[in-house]
Amino acid sequence: MTAPATTVVSTGTPAHAHPFWRRALITREAAIIALLVLVIVYSIATVPAFGSPLTLTYLLRDIAPILLIALPMTLIIVTEEIDLSVASILGLSSVLTGVLTQAGAPFPVAALVAIVAGAVCGVINGFLVTVVGLPSLAVTIGTLALFRGIAVGLLGTTAITEFPEEWTDLAKALIPGTPIPVIMIPFVVLAIVFAILLHFTPFGRALYAIGLSKEAAHFSGIDVAKTKFTLFVLSGAVSGLAGVYFTLLYSNARGDNATGMELQVIAAVLLGGVSIFGGRGALHGVIAGVLLIGTLGSALRLAGISGEVINIITGVLLILSVVSAAVLAWARGRRISRIGRRRLRTARAAAPTP
Amino acid sequence: MRLAKTLFTARETGILLALILVIVAATVANPSFVFSGDGWRDLLLTPSLLLLVAVGQAVVIITRNVDLSVGSVVGLTAYLTGRLFIDVPGIPAIAVFLAGGLLGAVLGLVNGALVAYAKVPALVITLGTMYVYRGINIAWTGSDRINASDLPKDFRGLGTGMILGLPYLTLIALAVLIIAAWYLHTRRSGRELYAIGSDPAAAHLYGLPVTRRILTAFVVSGALSGFAGVLFAARYGTVASNAGYGWELQAIGAAVIGGVAMAGGAGTVWGAAVGAFLLLTINRALPIIGIDDFWQQAVVGALIIGAIVLDRVLAVRRHRKLIAEREDHR
Repeated sequence: MTAPATTVVSTGTPAHAHPFWRRALITREAAIIALLVLVIVYSIATVPAFGSPLTLTYLLRDIAPILLIALPMTLIIVTEEIDLSVASILGLSSVLTGVLTQAGAPFPVAALVAIVAGAVCGVINGFLVTVVGLPSLAVTIGTLALFRGIAVGLLGTTAITEFPEEWTDLAKALIPGTPIPVIMIPFVVLAIVFAILLHFTPFGRALYAIGLSKEAAHFSGIDVAKTKFTLFVLSGAVSGLAGVYFTLLYSNARGDNATGMELQVIAAVLLGGVSIFGGRGALHGVIAGVLLIGTLGSALRLAGISGEVINIITGVLLILSVVSAAVLAWARGRRISRIGRRRLRTARAAAPTP
Repeated sequence: MRLAKTLFTARETGILLALILVIVAATVANPSFVFSGDGWRDLLLTPSLLLLVAVGQAVVIITRNVDLSVGSVVGLTAYLTGRLFIDVPGIPAIAVFLAGGLLGAVLGLVNGALVAYAKVPALVITLGTMYVYRGINIAWTGSDRINASDLPKDFRGLGTGMILGLPYLTLIALAVLIIAAWYLHTRRSGRELYAIGSDPAAAHLYGLPVTRRILTAFVVSGALSGFAGVLFAARYGTVASNAGYGWELQAIGAAVIGGVAMAGGAGTVWGAAVGAFLLLTINRALPIIGIDDFWQQAVVGALIIGAIVLDRVLAVRRHRKLIAEREDHR
């Protein structure tokens, strides 16, 4: 005897409806990684000098700040918030590093102060978002201008270019025997920490719960405000760290350092499969997203195409990635409702007529 | 009496007072800030272009969306203006205005269609189109530049000329502002924009044409930015590939300072207009009051944060008052 139709029609795909390989491979993250591999293989085959170790060195050096900031940004966007002020915090941290070094402070002290200042910026964002209760988009547009304004105000149009050589050398150094810059070591450590935090701790799982439904998360005992506050402070501190690195890499502390980088970071995070609606996304996809944008830019530059074309490609990729997600969700909804209708029909046909 | 009370308690009045305060302070420090031909002209002229963009931005923000691509649209249309005058000798200025507005409207339509049909947040879509439009602009312009000598004299005169002590640009901006304010305040479709911004789901259930209205809002924002691009060329004469860079944040800042809530459904274009005036007047007033103008961006940021905190405090107080009234009536 067939069960009544109402219990047969399911509205979603159960978690284990498909075999493991299918669940692991047919995802947004896998698609981005595949695209990244494709771009790398194609570039090595067609762009002269792309395969050289030097390209890898410069590529990783230049995108390291974006890689670093993308880690906390992922966590923030998963909770359905956003932080547009990261590049301004980077600029402020860079200026502070420069000003303090010029004033005669030992470099480690200057760097530490800059990172703490970044964390303080994060505290301001977090306070306005969680305690005052303002939308993070509006808050961080404001602090985007405020922090950048302080950075520019402190230094004006001058630049500080004198830094202890042992530190600038360290920022440019390579891991012995490889073309990989040393900055990748702290990045990998941070990436592992963030990945464990996001994917394997109650704190991280709570972020997804908050992103999917703030109220439900609150009622299940998650301290939503404290969690978000922590994320903004983390984001500020990492942006501060990126600012110190940026200063050393280019031996240059200026108020307008990394202007506009917040948009590159957000573009990369969204490209990596994190949903702007919160509650969806994974770190490996984000890292692949950053690398994809960086690789495309590097390959195009080497191929002699104007670096600005990368803007168009970044924009198109970003739009395609969100629109395709919407189209896929729509198609999936139709498919499921079709399955539902079919099951309903078979159930009706099998049911004995009264 | 009621009118007086409305005027006195309006959110826009506070910003207007702040604007007057800034102007007075700067004039006391240096009378030529207002009482000189150039000072008076710059006071009115400088914010007029941003006013156009901010009005469009306010219309979009009222529907609970945001348009980050406006700066890139200004850049593209400003360059288009120069190219038209160079490539089509003798083209009438009115045709250039139409072309600029049309290009802006088409770019806005692309934004609106992606937002309204794909149901993707405007923040992401317009972040993408901001890159794309700017990229197209740079690819098209390259290191080329439009110079003042490329533009007809009459057209340049439009950017700097005055009538009855008021610059043409300011009059154009005021006309647009009045039409937009009238439309939003009195027209049914204008009120529907507020309804959509307050609660998109309720607006949809109520049967409002949500998709079409959002599309319209983006087309308006694009067209006004396009218009501002043409006037940019008239005002400054030189147009490089970075024209309008960063205007999106200034326009959003102007709207937010003027009381347009990012959460949608609240605020007026009047507020956005006063916000635009306040932002750019502060920029010019700072050096006169004796503050290094490097600090202007920090002031802008502090203003934006101050404005949204103020709005939040007012909203919380209103909410408490309403609850108290409800308890009283029981």
